[in-house]
Amino acid sequence: MKSAIERKTAWTKKDLLGLEYLSREEIEHILYTASSFKEVTTRQIKKVPALRGKTVVNLFYEPSTRTRTSFELAAKRLSADVINIATESSSVKKGETLIDTGRNIEALKIDIIVVRHDCSGAPNILARAVRSSVVNAGDGWHEHPTQALLDMFTLKEKLGRIEGLKVSIIGDIAHSRVARSNMWGLTKLGAKVTVCAPKMLIPDGIERLGVKATTDLDEAIRDADAINVLRMQFERDSAVAFPSKLEYFKEYGITTERLVKCKKEIVVMHPGPINRGIEMSSEVADGKNSVILEQVTNGIAVRMAVLYLVAHAKEGAA
Amino acid sequence: MRLLIKNGRVIDPLNKIDETINILVSGGKIEKLAPNITDKADKTIDAKGLIVAPGFVDMHVHLREPGREDKETIASGTRAAARGGFTSVACMPNTEPAIDSPQIVRTVNAIIKKSALCNVFVVGAITAGRAGKKLTDLAGMKREGIVAVSDDGSSVEDSSLMLSALKACKKQSVLLIDHCEDKAMTDKGVINKSFVSTKMGLRCIPRESEYGTVKRDIDLAKKCDARIHIAHVSCKESVDIIRKAKKAGVKVTAETAPHYFSLTDECCVTYDTNTKVNPPLREPEDVEAIKKGLADGTIDAIATDHAPHTDSEKDVEFDFAPFGIIGLETALGLSVLELVDKKVLSWSGLIAKLSSNPAAILGIGRGSLKKGSPADIVIIDPAAKYIYKKESIESKSKNSPFIGWELKGRAVSVLVGGENVMKDGIIER
Repeated sequence: MKSAIERKTAWTKKDLLGLEYLSREEIEHILYTASSFKEVTTRQIKKVPALRGKTVVNLFYEPSTRTRTSFELAAKRLSADVINIATESSSVKKGETLIDTGRNIEALKIDIIVVRHDCSGAPNILARAVRSSVVNAGDGWHEHPTQALLDMFTLKEKLGRIEGLKVSIIGDIAHSRVARSNMWGLTKLGAKVTVCAPKMLIPDGIERLGVKATTDLDEAIRDADAINVLRMQFERDSAVAFPSKLEYFKEYGITTERLVKCKKEIVVMHPGPINRGIEMSSEVADGKNSVILEQVTNGIAVRMAVLYLVAHAKEGAA
Repeated sequence: MRLLIKNGRVIDPLNKIDETINILVSGGKIEKLAPNITDKADKTIDAKGLIVAPGFVDMHVHLREPGREDKETIASGTRAAARGGFTSVACMPNTEPAIDSPQIVRTVNAIIKKSALCNVFVVGAITAGRAGKKLTDLAGMKREGIVAVSDDGSSVEDSSLMLSALKACKKQSVLLIDHCEDKAMTDKGVINKSFVSTKMGLRCIPRESEYGTVKRDIDLAKKCDARIHIAHVSCKESVDIIRKAKKAGVKVTAETAPHYFSLTDECCVTYDTNTKVNPPLREPEDVEAIKKGLADGTIDAIATDHAPHTDSEKDVEFDFAPFGIIGLETALGLSVLELVDKKVLSWSGLIAKLSSNPAAILGIGRGSLKKGSPADIVIIDPAAKYIYKKESIESKSKNSPFIGWELKGRAVSVLVGGENVMKDGIIER
């Protein structure tokens, strides 16, 4: 266990704000560390004392059950104390500002702030204002680094590698933080990434991230080793491009009929929660190619690794 | 009081002067310009190695008074102006309340008279409350001394109301300063639409929202043969549209701000809210087009769009921060770095953009060192290099993306109406 964590490159970053800001080596470092922690989660006693005496705050400005629960479990399995704060972001004066909230949390001697926010860049702004570690649990349309890390961890577990894999990300790319983090992470690790969406949902200059963009689903999945299917948010931003859910399912929904034309062992991922019958059929979601529940399990190990690394980077920092 | 400025390189673009001569100031006016002045003076300024120019005129500033004196006041804003070499500024009407009636113009002029360190000319609103519904009392505001009207911060969305406004301005000989933005297209946008906005995951402002309105309003001005001045030009398409319109004889003038030729949207990537401006910072090709527009005369003036906001307003999420940065104290230093040193403009060309051109557009009888002109003079050290520091800022607000930059060229002394308001870098009041 210990030897697995002691790697030759020391972890130096106090925050995890996004995969854009990490090198390939740092991403591999997290995935490697996560594999050791995954072993812990399969034990009878699922707890190690790695963060005993440390406190983690889950500061959530957006409702979230799964990500918050996953972070809470990760922290608890590392023996950290956990506090959950659910609040709402606001541009109006009456509320406390993000920075004031951060400084107050810091004054409570909290070691790690896990933040979820509906404004892109909020974790970047918070991290500059506090000495505590800041871990991004999803900010606006910007990044959701731990989700992409757990997606990559699952891919590596299933297919043995990331380098050279063909991975297609399908759905509302424009408004997806999961898509952005996956694009950064996968391209840094040498995967060949294609994004596929209706034209209105492919944002400007996306190719400059080193990915291919297409509106043709069949082209996107034909040779893919894995697909990552995003949640369509018809209640929010996605509706601009595709007002009809039924129409979307017809053109972009992942069905058994479509998968038949793909590689037999294609890995099907989804960050959850699934809209059954909109971005994929129930058959696919529950089928043999789906790794959706394994992603959920791996999320804990990956988040344990992230919490562990940022907490220890801080100790070593000047 | 007679003041002699000697040995300086006098640059007065309007009167085509660029030579080492002496200037005698008396009774608040320029009395004489000559190679050798032997008249007795009460005071002499030796400007050897320095440039002596007509004081700068910033035709686009927000002084926030009345209503938001926590951000800036007419006193603090005009100190910042003096620090930057400006002797005249035109203040925008988006105060609280908006400057939209003769009474409010009179109130503001009373504050100016009491507390301003340099000349302040008032810009009135085009529509009541800047709401875009009903035209203001132009004639009445003109009687109280406004030099222009603008709904700056918003466009007049209703095209027929805009046409009426242009016709009314023509009738009253009042300049209309046009903030061009199609708000329906920029809905909740906070940053230029490009690869950078894609990367950052922010709602964006497409360039069409600016140049579409520039085009519409130039067409309207052409239709009624009225003058129009386009504020804060930021994108290449706007430059092209204005260039074509000028060639076609439309009475259009235009300004840009130093940040549009100094920065691109790439500097937003850290989510520093001091890079959030409206119109937004654009792309490298826009910066090039702005410089070209300045060089070929398409863009007449450099105006700062000085927009003070407090730290607590800016220290928030990028989405929630107000648009705007301060600019009075960095305009010269950035212009020297980006325009003079990079050979976009000569010194004389730069002084025209900062002084005689905006003065002529506003019709305020400044921007000239001709005998009998008001003695509004700036003395510049063109070679001074210095770090722009937060502690040195005169403005009440410190919202600048240029803090920590090394700038080049600074105003050392400023005379307003013959009165030495800044002397060797020290503001006299």
